[in-house]
Parts: sequence; C-alpha cells; structure tokens
Amino acid sequence: MQTPATFHYERAGSVEEAISLLERHGPETRLLAGGHSLLPMMKIRLASPGTLVDINGLAELDYIRLEGDEIAIGALTRHTGVLDSAVLAEHYRIFAEAERVIADPLVRNRGTVGGSLCQADPAEDLSAVFSALRADLVVASASGRRSVPVREFHLGPYETVVGENEILIEARVPVRPGAGSAYEKVERRAGDWAVAATGAFVQLRDGLAVDVGIGLSAVGADHHSCAEAEEQLRGRELTPDAIAAAAATCRDRCHPTADQRGPVDYKRHLVEVLVTRALTRALERARGEEA
Amino acid sequence: MQVTITVNGTETRAEVEPRLLLVHYLRNVLGLRGTHWGCDTSNCGACTVWLDGVPVKSCTTLAAQADGHAVRTVEDLDSGGELDPLQQAFMEEHGLQCGFCTPGMLMTLRALLDRDPDPDEATIREAISGNLCRCTGYENIVRAARHAAAHPTTAPEEISA
Repeated sequence: MQTPATFHYERAGSVEEAISLLERHGPETRLLAGGHSLLPMMKIRLASPGTLVDINGLAELDYIRLEGDEIAIGALTRHTGVLDSAVLAEHYRIFAEAERVIADPLVRNRGTVGGSLCQADPAEDLSAVFSALRADLVVASASGRRSVPVREFHLGPYETVVGENEILIEARVPVRPGAGSAYEKVERRAGDWAVAATGAFVQLRDGLAVDVGIGLSAVGADHHSCAEAEEQLRGRELTPDAIAAAAATCRDRCHPTADQRGPVDYKRHLVEVLVTRALTRALERARGEEA
Repeated sequence: MQVTITVNGTETRAEVEPRLLLVHYLRNVLGLRGTHWGCDTSNCGACTVWLDGVPVKSCTTLAAQADGHAVRTVEDLDSGGELDPLQQAFMEEHGLQCGFCTPGMLMTLRALLDRDPDPDEATIREAISGNLCRCTGYENIVRAARHAAAHPTTAPEEISA
C-alpha cells in the first residue's frame, strides 16, 4: 500500500484564508487542489509536506469568462471545464486539443489549471498552451495581487515564482480576433506525458501574420517557447517555407534530454514536425479554411 | 480528524488520519469492497467512484477531501436487487472476465450514460480511457455500454429477449 507520510490537514474557505493558513503553517505547507500530481508524489515520498491546505472548496476560483478583451480562467478550474468551455472553444481551439490529450477523463475531472501550472512539470501541456498565447498569471498574497507573464512564471522544472505565502488565482489570456490556434502532441500511449508537444496561434491581417505564438513542452525550451522562431514569422506571410524555417529554429534552439521517452535527435525531429503541423493548422484556422 | 461522508445516500462518520485515501475509507472503514484498489497511481481506474456525481479515482483522493460531500460506489448501482441496465448489459455482452476493472468501468460508464444516453463507440472509448482492462481488449465493454444505451431499462421481458 502506498500511503503518504503523516501531515496536518487544513481546509481553506477563501483565498484570504488559504494565504493566512500558508503563513501560519510555514514553508513545509502545500496547497492541495486536484491532487493528481501532489498525492502520487506524497505516496512515493517524493514530497512530504507538513501541512496540506485543501483549496477544493474555493468555488470562487472555478470559472472561465470573457472580461473585456481578455479571457479569465480561475486557477481551480478543472481540466474538464477547460475542455468543455464554449468561450475557449470560440476563441482558442488549442485549449480543447491540448486538454483532450492530458491524462484521462477521470483525472481531468479533478486536476486543475492552477495545479498543473504550479506543479511545473517540464512535460506539462498547459504550460506550453499558455506560453504560446502569452498569458498573464495572477498571483495573490496578503499584500495584494501581482501579474506575472507566463514566460517568467517557471524558474525551472517543478519550480515557479509563486512564493511560500502566495497562491496562483487566475490566468488571463488576451483575445485575438480572428486568431487560429492548434495543439500537437506525441505520447507513447494515451494519457501519457508528452515525448514532445507544441502549440501555436496565428493572427492574420491582410494576409500577414501580425502575431504568432509558439509553445513547446517536454523538450527543455526556454520559457516553454521559442521567441526567435516567433520573431522570424511576425509580420511575414506564412508560406510553407517560412513555417519550415521557423520549425527548424525551434528544433535547434530547444534543449531536450534523452530519457525513456526517446533520444535527443528524435525529440528534435518531433519538435520540427509538430511545430510545422501546429503552425499550419493554426494558419488554416485563421484563414477560416479549417473548422 | 472527524469526517462525515454521505456514501450511497447514507451518512457515514469516522475518525480518520488525514492521509487516509478515499478508497481505503470505503473498503476498510466502511467495508464496501466493491470499489477495487488497483494500481494506486491514478492510472488504472479500478477505484473509480463518484464524488458529488463526478467519477474520480478514489486512490488519489483523500477521505478528508470527501468530508461533507456525497460519494457513490458500485454497491449503489442496483436498486432493490434489480441490476442497473449497465450491469445487466455487462452480463449480456460478457463485458468482464476477471472482473477487477469492472466496478470502475461501471461507475465511469454510468456517469457517461447519464450525461449522454446514446454515446457512439468513440465517445465510449474516450470515456473509459482512464479505466484499464487487461482481459477483454475493451471490445465487449464497449459493446456492453452500447447494449445499455439500447436497453435503458432492465425489465425482465427485455432481458430474456
């Protein structure tokens, strides 16, 4: 039987209470959202927090809504909520495409957006999605709220800028009228972590890409993205050659490591292929050529 | 800590350690062993139960997280000895061999059929993608789900047909 080490359990009824519980119980305290990364880690004693603060009751953080020219996604929104969201389906197909390949429907019923981002697994999919879309993440503490660009959110594998007494409460994604987006992932079996994954959005004006975003997961890409490849495409017509050149840049600039999911050259190959596919499908959607 | 969990419509109470997993609360504290304890890593889905009407993996949920909430297990599927149409369909279509995955399959598929009474094969396969079966190759499980969709009641005359 796999059993977590003993811990003290608290339940927060509000964001403010969660923060005060974090402050009261000190640095060995972890927030418990869906628990589908944290509890398995605790079972095999990779994590042994002294206190868990259960935030599953914070219904105030479970929402997806349009606010002006941004989409606000509460941190406690379950993966299932992202997958089924009409607002996200209308503006960014990338979300549902990524969610459909995250774990399985039962895990998606519990796992949360905030938990995924804060777990900061290097192969996590939503990090690549939000990075492609250049979302802002809102972090709350007793002294107020701060907004962090997602590309500055992760400090490295399993490490974020969220401080000991802070809680991620929201992701904000700019609406880009007419943008097309797509997600591509290669996994060894259904529901597994990515061998490599990539997401992209394209926004066109007069046939030119006025804005482009590329997200990468599981391949050691800086900030889950490739700013150089995006810059190559911005303001350009996205011809097959231009897309191929940007995909090659992504291939060369990422830093995959060899592991049980494959060797480095295979992962670089996947990056090139998947970036090409994601950009091409995002472009088709921006042109209204593909539903 | 003290937890109060409504299980299959009945309020249950116990003093538990915060680290007690829901699957062990159901099996060991309440003696409801219909919920199977499988991989313990949230992969296999044998431990699937409903938490407030939503199927979840009870090996990756603390009993403490169910405190104040409603849990439904496979023991609650039949009513007064009459099998749920889905259970009946598993019998008709040989949807189980060893039976280990069956409680989880049933809870996941019951939730699917409640939401979508006539799911196509692809929908069924996606719904059970978090429930592993090592015996059947899934074919008969999918058939059973389709059978249950086509026979939403278990009136005796339909069973004998």
